[in-house]
Amino acid sequence: MPYLVHSPEDRAAMLAALGVSSMDDLLIDIPRSLRLSALELPAGLSELETMAQVKSLAARNRVFADRLTFRGGGVYRRFIPAAVAAVTSKPEFYSAYTPYQPEASQGTLQAIYEFQTLIAELTGLDVANASMYDGATAVAEAAMMAHIHTGRNEIVVVGYLHPEYLEVLRAFSEGRGIKVRRGTEPNSKTAAVVFQQPDFLGLLVDAAGLTENAHSLGALAIACVDPISLAIVAPPGEYGADIAAGEGQQLGLSPSYGGPHVGFIACRKDLVRRLPGRLIGSAHDSAGRRGFVLTLTAREQHIRRERASSNICTNHSLCALAASVYMTYMGADGMRQVAEVSFKRAHALAERLAALPGWEMAFPERQFLNEFPIRVPKASAVLRKLARKSILGGLDVHRWFRELKGVLTFACTEVNDARALDELVEALA
Amino acid sequence: MTELLSFEKSRQNAHGPRLPEADVESPGPDDVLPRELLRAQPPGLPRLSEPEIMRHYSRLASMNYSISEQFYPLGSCTMKYNPVANEAAAALPGFTDLHPYQDEETVQGALSLMWRLEQALCAVVGVDRVTLQPAAGAHGEWTALRMIQAFHRSRGEARTEVLVPDSAHGTNPASAALSGFRVVEVRSGPDGRISLADLESKLSPRVAALMLTNPNTLGLFEREILDVAEIVHATGAMLYYDGANLNAFMGICRPGDMGFDAVHMNLHKTFTTPHGGGGPGAGPVGVKADLVPFLPTPTVERMNGQLKLDFKRPKSIGRVRSFYGNFGMLVRAYTYIVAMGGDGLTQASLDAVLGANYLRHEVEGLLEMPHEGPCMHEFVASARNLAPRGIKALDVAKGLLERDFYAPTIYFPLVVPEAIMVEPTETESKATLDAFAAAIKEIVTQADESPETLHEAPHGLPVGRLDEVATARHINAYLQGQSEDPILRWKKAP
Repeated sequence: MPYLVHSPEDRAAMLAALGVSSMDDLLIDIPRSLRLSALELPAGLSELETMAQVKSLAARNRVFADRLTFRGGGVYRRFIPAAVAAVTSKPEFYSAYTPYQPEASQGTLQAIYEFQTLIAELTGLDVANASMYDGATAVAEAAMMAHIHTGRNEIVVVGYLHPEYLEVLRAFSEGRGIKVRRGTEPNSKTAAVVFQQPDFLGLLVDAAGLTENAHSLGALAIACVDPISLAIVAPPGEYGADIAAGEGQQLGLSPSYGGPHVGFIACRKDLVRRLPGRLIGSAHDSAGRRGFVLTLTAREQHIRRERASSNICTNHSLCALAASVYMTYMGADGMRQVAEVSFKRAHALAERLAALPGWEMAFPERQFLNEFPIRVPKASAVLRKLARKSILGGLDVHRWFRELKGVLTFACTEVNDARALDELVEALA
Repeated sequence: MTELLSFEKSRQNAHGPRLPEADVESPGPDDVLPRELLRAQPPGLPRLSEPEIMRHYSRLASMNYSISEQFYPLGSCTMKYNPVANEAAAALPGFTDLHPYQDEETVQGALSLMWRLEQALCAVVGVDRVTLQPAAGAHGEWTALRMIQAFHRSRGEARTEVLVPDSAHGTNPASAALSGFRVVEVRSGPDGRISLADLESKLSPRVAALMLTNPNTLGLFEREILDVAEIVHATGAMLYYDGANLNAFMGICRPGDMGFDAVHMNLHKTFTTPHGGGGPGAGPVGVKADLVPFLPTPTVERMNGQLKLDFKRPKSIGRVRSFYGNFGMLVRAYTYIVAMGGDGLTQASLDAVLGANYLRHEVEGLLEMPHEGPCMHEFVASARNLAPRGIKALDVAKGLLERDFYAPTIYFPLVVPEAIMVEPTETESKATLDAFAAAIKEIVTQADESPETLHEAPHGLPVGRLDEVATARHINAYLQGQSEDPILRWKKAP
């Protein structure tokens, strides 16, 4: 059997050492009536057969080329340097546990300390945590931080927050009796105003104005941000938002049908104790050598149990490592370059698409970065036509927003070369 | 060995990557966007060349212990070999390059994998349906409690309490509290098992569920599980299974048959997806029929020979994360289950139990065993017998690190003083178990002969014991404005 190590002789020797004659003697505490005669699953397969079966499933999926993928909505094709997989496929990283024993876990601890610093720098905030599951849970946990911090019971969501993030926020809030309201005006019961910059449709919002408005009523401002965009647009720290949360998939992670990706949270200094999940800090040993440790654990579930700031135990460390490698590899200039290329291509594409008969920008007065909403004559027909040319066209957002009938959002990044834009436009002509 | 931070190695003129130009005639953000929307200062990311970056991470990797290189007997964490075939499967472009918003007819292979994984997990734990959405074990616990809450509310019952044994993992009470429940602790009896008398005294119409791990965190099977289920159900409460210890009995028995209504599983424990130094994991939740209507959306359904994502579930608790879960981890777990089959999974659990009992036997007499055996897949020893020499569980752990073993879980469960919780798993050979027992023996001898050297362990690792108390103190000083060094991140010296 694959992956098992004991020979029949080993098993016999161990049973003999224990002074028992069979495994049943070790399972005596399990009531007879509960014992299973056999697990109803097919018998195991060789690696050859296993991989053939798994590959046949992979082959039943239709893969669109990077350069011909124009669908975003929170998950984007981007250039992933080979360095990322080269690092995350090191078993010393991927097959370690949460770094409970710091002396034997300095690799993970230092890498995640660097991640915390990278995210803090990118968002312009004081401190970031060691990672979250995804953008949705990061936003929801940020809202819970605001609820605890202000003692208030209402979260106001302004504008087009990713609809799945909103759903997760509602699921987090419901059990605890927190009200989630979509609207524009916070009031004196509002714990936090949540907005996305750029929003789900790709449009830029008045983040500074929303932040100021939240603060004027004693609420916190939570900015859900796109990490690549922060190479260009003002980060939450610059306009005074209290918490930044977001999805880090674009930082070196493949779409992978939606996961695993990585969420991040950064906040102002005075909210650090409300942060969910793991935090890593620097420390020294008795010889004065610097090392890194899990710290402020008194907030966490294994110490505080029902009074913990969150229940997070396993987070998304390896994905945070991927994001760290990506950000370190790209540097500020590299991130700025891909953000600018994406921006220019999206604007070039928007201009050409809006010139097609019957097509028009859905919000012509609004600014965007690399994703934009456009109203088209027949959304499903457009997408089918593109798929026939092996192009994954824009995302039909009507599915979530009744008022956006016929609106598709198209995303461009550095992987959609100029020729790919031509192919897209030609396919529609 | 130490390694400077990437930030400390950064050089202003290091060669960055070569990246494509836009190749389109279009204005840039500086030309189009109003100034107030633009970033004033570029982010302070490090600047390093690729060769330097690769060496940096290789050196960091060499500072980690991992299951690929060391025995990792971390109790309750099921650190077993991560098959490399799983990694190859998850890296197939037919999986990695799928966009989550592709049309269903273009992702039938992915949906089929999810469907088959769900079926397999249903068979292993004995439930009717499984959601694959939760991203981690604790996330799964919370998801299950939200479903139980929704179930009671749908019947017009406002049950506000959740019972949690004193030996439970900390995520249990935390997950219950985050679902809005009041947590009530149930005591263990002297044999380490849940006290039926105490349980009965805490049950009431206010109780929504009892959260239980079986075998419990002491590695002991709850013999009276059927009685527990009966008295819990008699009050209208539900029984929740924490799957941390599922590796003990695949193919031997099933939580569903024991009476559990909701069951979470850690794919990163039992089903060999790598732990990643702290995730990503996956925490699917299985439920019995009563809870099926409350499963998160979407579920995968079979309709007219096609697989569909079902979003129209009016009683659902909604989404617990974006998209459909940590799909890449689902691929790995599925690959493992196919390779192992029913026969292989059963043997894996049998070997896990055998290995734990064997190792327990080998260290009995060296460390205290607070509870009588046999154990299941793990056991809890106590270093209390070394206390007269001033040696604590922590010292034993550090002594093991020095001998090239990762340390067991220590100081957990809380009900055992100086606890040392050992879970060998089925993928460790008898030779490894013998070597571990020999190391414990050496440490116990060292405790006798030169306890002070054990206090200084580990030697020879990248760092010695770190002063965590000083770290916490420095963070306090920073948070109170008495220091500029945040400790929680690197900051350029002023």
